[in-house]
Amino acid sequence: MRILIIEDDAETAAYLVKGLSESGHRAEWVGDGKDGLFRALEEDFDTLVVDRMLPGLDGLALIRSLRAAGKKTPALFLSALGEVDDRVEGLRAGGDDYLVKPFAFSELLARLEALIRRGEGEQAPRTLLKVADLEMDLLTRTVRRAGRNIELQPREFRLLEYLLRHSGQVVTRTMLLENVWDYHFDPQTNVIDVHISRLRSKIDKDFEGPLLHTVRGAGYVLRAEA
Amino acid sequence: MPKPRLLASSTFRLAILYMALFGISVLLLLGFIYWSTAGYMVRQTDAAIEAEVVGLAERYDRTGLPGLTALISERMAREPNGPILYLLADRRLQALLGNLSRWPQGEEPRTGWLSFRLEEDRGTAKKGHAARARLFRLEGGLNLLVGRDVHELEKIQQLIVSTLTWGLALTAVLGLVGGATISRGFLRRVESINDTCREIMSGDLSRRIPVRGAEDDFDQLAGNLNAMLDRIEALMAGVRQVSDNIAHDLRTPLARLRNLLETLCAQTPEEHNRELLDRAVAEADGLLSTFKALLRIGQVEAGSRRAGFQEVDPAELLRDVIELYEPLADEKEQHIEAHLLSAPKLRGDRDLLFQAFANLLDNAIKYTPAQGRIWVALAGTRVIVADNGPGIPPEARDKVLQRFYRLEASRSTPGNGLGLALVAAVAQLHNARIRLENNGPGLRVTLDFAEGSD
Repeated sequence: MRILIIEDDAETAAYLVKGLSESGHRAEWVGDGKDGLFRALEEDFDTLVVDRMLPGLDGLALIRSLRAAGKKTPALFLSALGEVDDRVEGLRAGGDDYLVKPFAFSELLARLEALIRRGEGEQAPRTLLKVADLEMDLLTRTVRRAGRNIELQPREFRLLEYLLRHSGQVVTRTMLLENVWDYHFDPQTNVIDVHISRLRSKIDKDFEGPLLHTVRGAGYVLRAEA
Repeated sequence: MPKPRLLASSTFRLAILYMALFGISVLLLLGFIYWSTAGYMVRQTDAAIEAEVVGLAERYDRTGLPGLTALISERMAREPNGPILYLLADRRLQALLGNLSRWPQGEEPRTGWLSFRLEEDRGTAKKGHAARARLFRLEGGLNLLVGRDVHELEKIQQLIVSTLTWGLALTAVLGLVGGATISRGFLRRVESINDTCREIMSGDLSRRIPVRGAEDDFDQLAGNLNAMLDRIEALMAGVRQVSDNIAHDLRTPLARLRNLLETLCAQTPEEHNRELLDRAVAEADGLLSTFKALLRIGQVEAGSRRAGFQEVDPAELLRDVIELYEPLADEKEQHIEAHLLSAPKLRGDRDLLFQAFANLLDNAIKYTPAQGRIWVALAGTRVIVADNGPGIPPEARDKVLQRFYRLEASRSTPGNGLGLALVAAVAQLHNARIRLENNGPGLRVTLDFAEGSD
């Protein structure tokens, strides 16, 4: 994947480039808003990482111009401005996700990969989600594994749906809270872990080969064991 | 705090005291005026009578009784309607000579001054008029009475006394009214200072005492208090700023440290070392979340998020919170009982309210022992989260709402001591009153949102 990092802080940028390269991505860096816009328009990147406060052209204006020019490259704002209003502003300007500095690299990576996947899978609305022998029918709202029906609570269904839509990718606890529960807040306890273990007991316990894995220090991933 | 009443106000008491002192001064002054007017007139009358008596006594000494009677007769004849009263009586007080027909009733024949009422008209002296006389005892048991009609004098005396009494009463009334008026004015200004203080104590440090612009002592007091409040506000903002800056500035290197540990962990082949590094990452995450919570409280207290308030359904929020936390309670075999009556929408910040409710429920689950019971209730604008756990001792209930305060007993449980502080900050942002009470046993937290809270 080609990722463009538009960030004026050289240290953060170098760290991102190194980390993303190690995760198998091709990351390129520009330190100026105008150059960033120019390159994002001219070239085809899979995703953009944009700082909000940039020399030349600020991040919000950059994304607005990009969207006005009809360019749909997914973009993630990376900003020290972390109020709810700032986040809303970023998403309104045409950003696809918003991460507040300081950030955990695993969180950034998980979100970027989710964005890239979203860009790819946007074409047709899917009615069937599938990983290995686990199937979810979004029309009948049923879940089957190895041909057996699995009863899920509504929230468990949404949780599994999100994991299936991002199968093979790491999803963080914050991503689950924001997308499955739709709240931006800090749980004092790892409540998500308990929900995951409940879901796991329904989809993995009585079956051959676990699908829902914990990724240490990052989150969870749903995938057929390689 | 009860409002100060007029009678209890220090200015009114001062006014009363001043009025009493002033009243005594007026009384002394009026007493002197009385002494020097009415008293002077009495002394003049007495002197005239005395002079008459002395004249008659001399004549009696020189010429005896016949000379005396001749002189009295001559004087009475010269001024038949004159002011002087004469009466010569024998030892049984039978009238012998004079312009009084008989001895005044009830008056003993003793030397000295006598006061009596006239019993008949006699020229200008009318019946019933007051008279004053001196008794002079002659040899042979004869009594000579020389006096004057003092009716005019008495009238003037009465006039002066009544004038002085009215004056005193008027002084008292004017003093009372004036004292009350002045006190009320002072009281109103003191009350405006008190009102401002109460609002500041209830959390609105931006309030200031109104200044009239008259540059009087009250304005000076208000100005000084306002300057003091400015200073306190600046200091508090400074402290908050410093703690926010510390949290903010420490967060970046801490995040870098965390990321380095994570990278190191990914590159470490030994399972044992990876576990240690994982624990180090988890510690860093804990610190980061503490800083985040601290910054969040600061932001909430700054109140800037009021701008983004929208309609929020508290019942929906509570249902979601319960749904999110129920598995945690299940793990401890605790039972969550929800009583969510339909309630009016609140104006507020959805994420912050969710955070506050989540913190309360999280605490309840954390501190209530296994198989305990937890209640979540919503009725109108009141939200209650209660449990039958160990509760919080009364003296610590205010303190647990402060940053980093943790009960001795809860130090062993995970947490950063910021959960309830954030709840309190969110409550204040939404003008909600927070109360911590004994649930007998356990803790009951009540949040009362203002009707149509804004």
